[in-house]
Amino acid sequence: MLTIKNLHARVEEKQILNGLNFEVKPGEVHAIMGPNGSGKSTLASVLAGREEYEVLDGTVTFNGVDLLELSPEDRARAGIFLAFQYPVEIPGVSNANFLKTAVNEVRKSKGLEPYDSKDFLAIMKEKMKLVEMDKQMTTRSVNEGFSGGEKKRNEIFQMAMLEPQLAIMDETDSGLDIDALRIVSNGVNALRDGKRSFIVITHYQRLLDYIVPDFVHVLYKGRIVKSGTKDLALELEEKGYDWIKEEVEA
Amino acid sequence: MIAEIKKEAVETFKRLGFPSTKNEEWKYFNVQQILPDQPVFASAPARLSASDLTPCMIAGSNVHLLVFENGIYRADLSSTGTIENLVIGPISALKENDTFKNNFGKIVSFGTEPFVALNTAVDHEGVFIHVPANTAIEKTIHILHVNTNEQSDRITSIRNLIVAEKQAAISIVESYHALNQQCNGLINVVNEIVVHESARVELCKAQLDSDAASQINFTQTIQEKNSTFDTVTVTLNGRLTRNNLHIKLNDTNCTAHLFGLYILDGEQLTDNHTLVDHAMPNCFSNELYKGVIGGKASGVFNGKIFVRKDAQKTNAYQSNKNILLSDDATMNTKPQLEIFADDVKCTHGATTGQLDEEALFYLRARGIGEKSARTLLNIAFVADVLNNIKSDELRETLQQKAEAKLMQ
Repeated sequence: MLTIKNLHARVEEKQILNGLNFEVKPGEVHAIMGPNGSGKSTLASVLAGREEYEVLDGTVTFNGVDLLELSPEDRARAGIFLAFQYPVEIPGVSNANFLKTAVNEVRKSKGLEPYDSKDFLAIMKEKMKLVEMDKQMTTRSVNEGFSGGEKKRNEIFQMAMLEPQLAIMDETDSGLDIDALRIVSNGVNALRDGKRSFIVITHYQRLLDYIVPDFVHVLYKGRIVKSGTKDLALELEEKGYDWIKEEVEA
Repeated sequence: MIAEIKKEAVETFKRLGFPSTKNEEWKYFNVQQILPDQPVFASAPARLSASDLTPCMIAGSNVHLLVFENGIYRADLSSTGTIENLVIGPISALKENDTFKNNFGKIVSFGTEPFVALNTAVDHEGVFIHVPANTAIEKTIHILHVNTNEQSDRITSIRNLIVAEKQAAISIVESYHALNQQCNGLINVVNEIVVHESARVELCKAQLDSDAASQINFTQTIQEKNSTFDTVTVTLNGRLTRNNLHIKLNDTNCTAHLFGLYILDGEQLTDNHTLVDHAMPNCFSNELYKGVIGGKASGVFNGKIFVRKDAQKTNAYQSNKNILLSDDATMNTKPQLEIFADDVKCTHGATTGQLDEEALFYLRARGIGEKSARTLLNIAFVADVLNNIKSDELRETLQQKAEAKLMQ
């Protein structure tokens, strides 16, 4: 589904990704861990198409298409979803109106009829249950005045509405208390259907107790330096990253 | 008496002349660009038909309608209905009304305002409304001006006087339209508004004239005890537009809301000069002006708030926010607070910037195309001004017009 080869990227003259190789197949859940500044969020930003990130070398193909050639909106329409680390507040745009516009633009790109208001409301109602969202949150402006937990739940709600093929979760667990973490994780697990893939970027093993990954990778200095199963995450939790750094430097 | 006021206005205008950009109040508004060498004050011939009005009925058809073509009243196109005790009609027909005579020229002061002096000195036409005490007028009053004049040397003078007696309530829409985009000239408007004790007046000004025509207007409102004045000014069209809005809170417990929106492109210029004069204690004023400026257009906001020595416990808020859509768009904003009382709450703020890039990326990352995303954000930006228009029909019409302009 997603194949990244030899990816080099920089932001503001600073090179952050240095030859990253990575492959995601349908239905897989990959966790990406690593020390601060190792390039985790840069990877998410490059995949979503943030313009300030410049790709210097390498390729990213998504279902056979050159992803790097696509605008952010076309990546979303192709089935990529980024759950933001810091969801943006947009005063004056209601959550429902925003999502209806987004869902219908994605449908249009696939040659599907847009949902009318009635159908859309019904789907929204059903998906809201996934993240235990109350109705008020849909009429409020996008993320405006939302608590940290509400913002992250809203991200998962959007994911449920847009039904992506590949969801990238950029430190979705940061700033969540244990209840919010459970709600968010339940939402994500409900969306695991054997075909949809996930890249879960996190600092903490804790999240992986809830969202159990198939693979765990360690990103360090802009490359994946170690891969394993969920046991690797436990080992990192216990021992930190120094032993990996030493392995790499050796 | 009116003859004396006119005579004084002639003298004042002769003394003042037209303002130059050296005058601080007219620094960004160059009237020389729109002043003809030999102004023509006579109105252009009438050619407006009833069917031309359809797109101008922005507040719907269930209104008391007063239609003016090039400043001349068109009784045949108007329908004011009859409401007991309400006086409403063109000022040319109501000059002998006592309330008219007692208020005309007394609310606004033209001493330092050349265009007010000019308006007072020359022949003018407009609406006089006298709402009797304890009377709430249910239907909106729509004062509808259509410009059908295609000559640039014409100056049209429009004059309205609105007097709302004790506990009266009235909602007025003042709109400006053009028959086509060739319509031209300068429109010079003066509004005098008196809001007596516990009365409420709502005024929405919609500027939808052609982009070749210019307008200079001056609205002076005087509020008495416990009264409310709510006003929204929406400027979408016009070449040079100068809106002067002065509100005097002349007694205790008055409330005033001032909202403004300007969406400009091409070489449009809109200059909003507002003054809220807190003369007495315990009054509240809130002002929010927003602008979206593209092309080579420019906006000006000059908002003065005076809090006089006696005006203790004043609450006065002012905010001006702008988005520039292009490198050639400009905005000059100048809040001016002068506070002489010590127990007051006053805030003001002004921002001018680009569209929020993070918000734009967020929308695009959800599959919304860049152009739609920009439009969505701009519409959201202007919504909190338009949401203050109370009439659903008017609000929705102006929302559509604003959205159409933002989508261009």
